[in-house]
Amino acid sequence: MKFTRKLALKNLKRKPGRTAALILLSAFLALSVFGGSLIVMSLQNGLDSYESRLGADIIIVPKEARSHGSIESILLQGIPGYFYMNDSALEKARNTEGVEIATPQFYLASASAGCCSVSVQIIGFDPETDFTIKPWISKSYRGEVGDGDLIVGCNIEVPSSRILTFYNQEYNVAGQLERTGTGLDNAVYANMNTIRQMMENSVLMGFDYFSDVPFEHAVSAVMIKVQDGYDIDQVTGDLNIHIRRVEAEKAKSMVSDIASGLTSVSRVIGLLTIMIWILSIVILIVAFAMIVNERKKEFAVLRVMGASRKMLSGLLLAESGITSIAGAVTGVLFAALILFPFLGTIQRSLNLPMLLPSMPVILLLAAGSVVLSAAAGALTGAVSARRITKAETGMILREDV
Amino acid sequence: MILRAENATRQYFRQGKGTNVFTALHETNLSLESGTLTEVIGRSGSGKRTLLNLFAGLLAPTSGKIFAGDTDLYAMEDMERSKFRNEAIGVVPQGQTGLKSLTVLENVLLPCEMYGISGREQQAEELLRKVDILDLKNVYPSELSGGEMRRLAIARALIRDPGIILADEPTSDLDDENTRIVLGLLRECADSGKAVLLVTHETEAAAYADRVYRMEKGVLTEVPKEEE
Repeated sequence: MKFTRKLALKNLKRKPGRTAALILLSAFLALSVFGGSLIVMSLQNGLDSYESRLGADIIIVPKEARSHGSIESILLQGIPGYFYMNDSALEKARNTEGVEIATPQFYLASASAGCCSVSVQIIGFDPETDFTIKPWISKSYRGEVGDGDLIVGCNIEVPSSRILTFYNQEYNVAGQLERTGTGLDNAVYANMNTIRQMMENSVLMGFDYFSDVPFEHAVSAVMIKVQDGYDIDQVTGDLNIHIRRVEAEKAKSMVSDIASGLTSVSRVIGLLTIMIWILSIVILIVAFAMIVNERKKEFAVLRVMGASRKMLSGLLLAESGITSIAGAVTGVLFAALILFPFLGTIQRSLNLPMLLPSMPVILLLAAGSVVLSAAAGALTGAVSARRITKAETGMILREDV
Repeated sequence: MILRAENATRQYFRQGKGTNVFTALHETNLSLESGTLTEVIGRSGSGKRTLLNLFAGLLAPTSGKIFAGDTDLYAMEDMERSKFRNEAIGVVPQGQTGLKSLTVLENVLLPCEMYGISGREQQAEELLRKVDILDLKNVYPSELSGGEMRRLAIARALIRDPGIILADEPTSDLDDENTRIVLGLLRECADSGKAVLLVTHETEAAAYADRVYRMEKGVLTEVPKEEE
């Protein structure tokens, strides 16, 4: 082993407190960059997942939908809720110029009473015309969603019998979806016939979800794909004019609230990460300067024995390099230990969708964080190394009377 | 190898109320010769340590030159001068100079390790035996007394078998017995053919020296034998 590395290791070993403090500072650097980046990336992934989940250009909901809570939270986050309009709106939408496809969606909240296995949002779709849910489901479930079949989000606990009961009727769990990082992981999906049957059963059990809309004609939302060459704003306006008692809204503006929330949170996290970085680097520079100052005599003795300036630099760089690498690895591991098990808690507290990037991306991010933090730590050592090697040893020895 | 100072002057900048220049060493001429123990005595701040550091290649003269044989020591690049110091000059600095992260034996071997020289353990142990601290070879410097530390510094200065030994106040704060041991070791070095420079404020060391100089306000004057 090279002399400088060997001596650096011995120096670090003999001063465990000082070494631990330096490792801790470097760990803090790595933790902030890895943790911060991972959260921001997960938030961005969550938003992307939302946008792809919507998949429509325009969404039509009943005007009263606003009074049933946030439409966005029902449509996008799978928070149990409901609103209904007459399916005549669907026909009118199909007949509007510029509309390529119009497909209905049905939202039914399961009851928390004994008639239902779990309290969830049930989302129904028409397999004939659907273009938003099916492509997304097909990523993790390849079969047809037949009558009486349910596809469940990844957070739904499926009993070994694979049977779930809703409004006193048993349904077969045909498949379970991959994690999306959104509240839709808590929802259950069924085709139009299945959800119509659930709606009917709920009415028979005395639940009054539909007010003046006959349940057999009730739809919750109409998802619209606009024909190429048509302006989405124009079609949205036309739909609002031609169909009474509904609200047509561009899908992008539905996620804009979430996107702006995400931008704010990402900005705060980014700023915090930068601040922690600057603070940690300043502390590291000050710490190294103090250490080097305290060890001036030691370095002078090494010079007396014949160490060149390059050797002294090498020694300091080796020490800062070892502590920085150890700290960076510790920081990334610690960040992973905090983030992965508590991602759900973080998501709930931020109230924003989060979806972890894929494993290769996480590993790349971890490696990048280690390299960046280790380099920053080593660089602070280099600043001190430059200072000490510039000093005349004779002057240091002269000070030490 | 002989070290020679030719009209060596060293000035320091002092910053207080305005910047002023302080001359620590005035146009000094001195040769260190093989087999000779040269002693420079003087009060603290008289400039004797500055002279030693100039000879060690650790402090460049403001004017004048330091020669190692025929070569100007300060015309060398840092790497070359450092290697020269490692091979040809053994410095015994003042105070506690053992590296705390290394054992006594590792401290003695360090000048060899620096330049990748291995297999000197036996020689290091012989030196430790000679300075009478072999039984302490595995302890750390923090456990040594002042006298033991000085002996460690001498053993370390000798490990490369240099032709020149520069000792800076090697007996300060030592008791009489340890002072005798340390001065005896330096005398032995001179007797074995090395050029030894001893700078001290203690006049008792003169008894061990071949030549004695007095440093006063940066001016070096030889002390005639009868005055010692």
